[in-house]
Amino acid sequence: MSNLVSISSTALYTAFVLYLIATLFFGATIRDKRTADMSKKSISGVIGITLTIIGFLAQVVYFISRWIAGGHAPVSNMFEFVTFLGMTLVFAFILIYFIYRLSVLGLFALPIALLIIAYGSMFPKEISPLVPSLQSNWLFIHVITVSIAQGILAISFVAGLIYLILKVDQKKITLKNILLEIVIFLLVTGLGFSVITTIFASMDYEAIFQTPEGLEMDYHMPAISGPKGAELVDSDKMEPLFSAPTWFQGEAAPRKLNTLIWSFIAGTVLYGFIRLLTRKRVGARVQPWLRKISPQLVDEVMYRSVAIGFPVFTLGGLIFAAIWAQIAWDRFWGWDPKEVWALITWFFYAAFLHLRLSRGWHGEKSAWLAVIGFAIIMFNIIVVNLVLAGLHSYA
Amino acid sequence: MSVDHIKCECGHVNPEGTVLCEACGKPVAKNQDIDGNNKKKLLNMRYEGSARRSQTYNRSIVDKTWNFFSSVRNGVILILIALVASGVGTIFPQAMYIPEEAPNRDPAFYYEDAFGILGKIYYQLGFHELYSSWWYMILIALIGVSLVICSLDRFVPLHRALKMQKPKRHYTFLSRQRLFGETENVSDEDRQQVIKKLKKSRYKITEDNGYVLAEKNRFSRWGPYVNHIGLIIILLAAILRMTPLLFMDEYVWVREGEEKVIPGTDNEYFIENKKFTVDFHDENDERFKEAIENQGDVESNFQTDVVISKVKEGSVVGQSDSMETVTEDSIWMNHPLKFDGITLYQSGYQENEFSDMTFKIYETDDEDQESLGEVTIDLDTPEDTYKTDSGFEVEVTKYYPEYELKNGEPRSISQYPRDPAFVFEVLGPDQEEAEMSFVGIGKNIDATGDNKYKLGIQDFNVRYVSGITVRKDYTLPFFIIGAAIFLFGVIQGMYWQHRRVWIHPEGDNLVLAAHTNKNWFGLKKDIDKAIEGTSIKMPIDQEEAEEKKAMEEDEEA
Ligand code: HEM
Repeated sequence: MSNLVSISSTALYTAFVLYLIATLFFGATIRDKRTADMSKKSISGVIGITLTIIGFLAQVVYFISRWIAGGHAPVSNMFEFVTFLGMTLVFAFILIYFIYRLSVLGLFALPIALLIIAYGSMFPKEISPLVPSLQSNWLFIHVITVSIAQGILAISFVAGLIYLILKVDQKKITLKNILLEIVIFLLVTGLGFSVITTIFASMDYEAIFQTPEGLEMDYHMPAISGPKGAELVDSDKMEPLFSAPTWFQGEAAPRKLNTLIWSFIAGTVLYGFIRLLTRKRVGARVQPWLRKISPQLVDEVMYRSVAIGFPVFTLGGLIFAAIWAQIAWDRFWGWDPKEVWALITWFFYAAFLHLRLSRGWHGEKSAWLAVIGFAIIMFNIIVVNLVLAGLHSYA
Repeated sequence: MSVDHIKCECGHVNPEGTVLCEACGKPVAKNQDIDGNNKKKLLNMRYEGSARRSQTYNRSIVDKTWNFFSSVRNGVILILIALVASGVGTIFPQAMYIPEEAPNRDPAFYYEDAFGILGKIYYQLGFHELYSSWWYMILIALIGVSLVICSLDRFVPLHRALKMQKPKRHYTFLSRQRLFGETENVSDEDRQQVIKKLKKSRYKITEDNGYVLAEKNRFSRWGPYVNHIGLIIILLAAILRMTPLLFMDEYVWVREGEEKVIPGTDNEYFIENKKFTVDFHDENDERFKEAIENQGDVESNFQTDVVISKVKEGSVVGQSDSMETVTEDSIWMNHPLKFDGITLYQSGYQENEFSDMTFKIYETDDEDQESLGEVTIDLDTPEDTYKTDSGFEVEVTKYYPEYELKNGEPRSISQYPRDPAFVFEVLGPDQEEAEMSFVGIGKNIDATGDNKYKLGIQDFNVRYVSGITVRKDYTLPFFIIGAAIFLFGVIQGMYWQHRRVWIHPEGDNLVLAAHTNKNWFGLKKDIDKAIEGTSIKMPIDQEEAEEKKAMEEDEEA
């Protein structure tokens, strides 16, 4: 039993390392003059995709062994759900890779998958027992389908990002290249969250607050924003700099705000560090590496992944969700925040597809839309799960 | 032939408003601004240049309304407004999701209490019931109208244009396709081979005098229309659901051992709660040990064992044999019970009701509170007086199932024994006059201050109240059909693409042009495969070429 759990965590770790190495090989493909010509395979591309597939299989081992150990599909808490999204993103990448053979996609898709897996790994990893409403086969049918759809849709973001780095003018500062830089900064902030969480966790930092209602709230990072009116229990820990506003709702909201602030601090430090190395906007530094790549092909990948992902999302995020909700909660649709955000995602990609029908929306405009689409997906996974409480809240 | 019709040089007669001749594709000079072809090298092929009503008439108010709704741009704007509005509804919980434990669940107070001034504004704007507000429903209805009109506007002309198309196309039409190429001196063998290969890739070949059209997956063009029909069915089903005839939603609380009418069934069906059980995950289960330690006990199941009975047809209610059992079963989450078109769901439970309480009598002065006699009161059917074997007589003069003191007056909030309190008159075997005392949970008041005997709570039992949702929903099949059609339509439109390749002789040259509605990469692969080993050149992607040129010019600048 516990044996299986350790197999499962080793497998996840293996997958993580393999994705990391595969990224380096995909990185090597851009130096290769032939990359733009798809008919010829570059050796580093072949190694990259092979490692990716092995990593993916390792993650499948993680998934199955944890499923057996826990007796239910490991998609029932934040750790399981988010790492699974990383896995479906890799799956979608492999799928699209074999259609378009575009190696540069791996250079961007794998780091984003790594970021997502690292993010998920910051949440409690123990296997949780299922509450009655989750005890249904529809749990895994629904969640697995939605995640696959989100993974495929995330590829459109990856392609959109490549497109923007490739095409946005970097000669002088413009609104567009600042926005692009902000997108890159936010990705770095995602990494910042994992880094800062790991640092404080390795220090075993803990500060306990007593709220006026007599509840205890423990912080695992020094409190910058504390709970309103709360007392620090051990006085040798850092006093909060300010109190979290009370309208910031949800369970343990002040602590979440605090984590967010720390992530931004860590993200800013990391980004500053990267800038010291690049000595240019990151976008401007990366742009010349991509010169060999055909923007049409990247645009096509971006659109195609929405075209493939949209029906899957409809099936998993709306139809399967409705069937399950009908059985478990007696209504197939209840305007729960999670459901509403699935609807928003669906509306958004429907708008994307409609806009693509007119010519002016190809290329750069749809690349921005793909970025917004991914922001909506991440919002659904992070903010809706952790902040806007609802039936599905994993917090 | 009406004067409005347009005759093309190929002989085909097109309806007014046509942009590209339905048969040969030659641009109709005066209509080139409609699809923006006058500004571009490449033709806009989205609707095959067919004559759409919305692009042709714009005089009467009907025309203008029609044109408003048939614009995809306006449709997208409506979708985006609905999207933002839906998001606004998730900022604070909707009224139905106000948490149980909120101090005041009345929306008029809750939003301000919980979220301050923003909450108050949210409530005053009606956002606490956003999804059932009139304006949200109108917005969704407008999307419905828009997609119906939009589909009608395009379906008929598009269908006509695809049916009328001839293999032989005008040279201008071909040269203004995205994929276009000319090769000199192609042998007939090579030409035949390309056609054969395309056929092998499941293209349908039509030939007219050496002019060839290879076409594939035309059906995928109808995908959007199919999916929009699915959406319309779903919207209609949502309207049907507002009628009580097809949809019923009720809720009933049933105590253990109690039998109740199932609401919404005209007193025809009854539900009895035989037993209610709550189970928790085993804290010693090795798998979950850590999680349970961290987050506390986790329920594994709660369920009600029920008996459903109904009034026999033609019988008089109250007669002993007037009822018959419909079914006996258990209901738990993810396992509803269905009978006669009604579905019962286990929704929730309360464990805050007392079923009985036992009081002991002791002397006020006795520090050890030694029991002199006990009475047990069944809180469903409290009796007026109880006698103990030891000779005490306890009279229940007042019973408050859920006690509260309001404006100095004792009263009961509800009829459910959630916080019972009593006024007793106790007469000891050695007394002449009964003494009055008030007893509740945590309260024991002696009205005069010199009572000899006191009553104390010795023991009690609580019972569960099971919350059951009662549903009758005849609209489900419509939703299922609508969703299935929608999904079918999107798959039809997304996973296949309408590809066409034209192979024409042009003097000594062979022209090869191609079009697809999406997935150009796939189309190029098809062509690549077909021309392999022949002298025919790969057609040029004119869009890509143009963009490359622009980029190079940009770099030089
Ligand atoms: C606001 C009202 C709407 C209008 C005016 C509208 C109009 C259209 C039009 C004109 C097309 C293209 C048809 C063609 O190419 O032959 C289309 C395609 C499509 N529509 Fe809509 N539509 C609306 C609402 C929706 C909604 C709410 C959804 C689903 C969420 C939806 C899903 C789709 C899909 C998936 C396609 C296929 C797109 C593609 O082939 O790339 N539509 N719509």
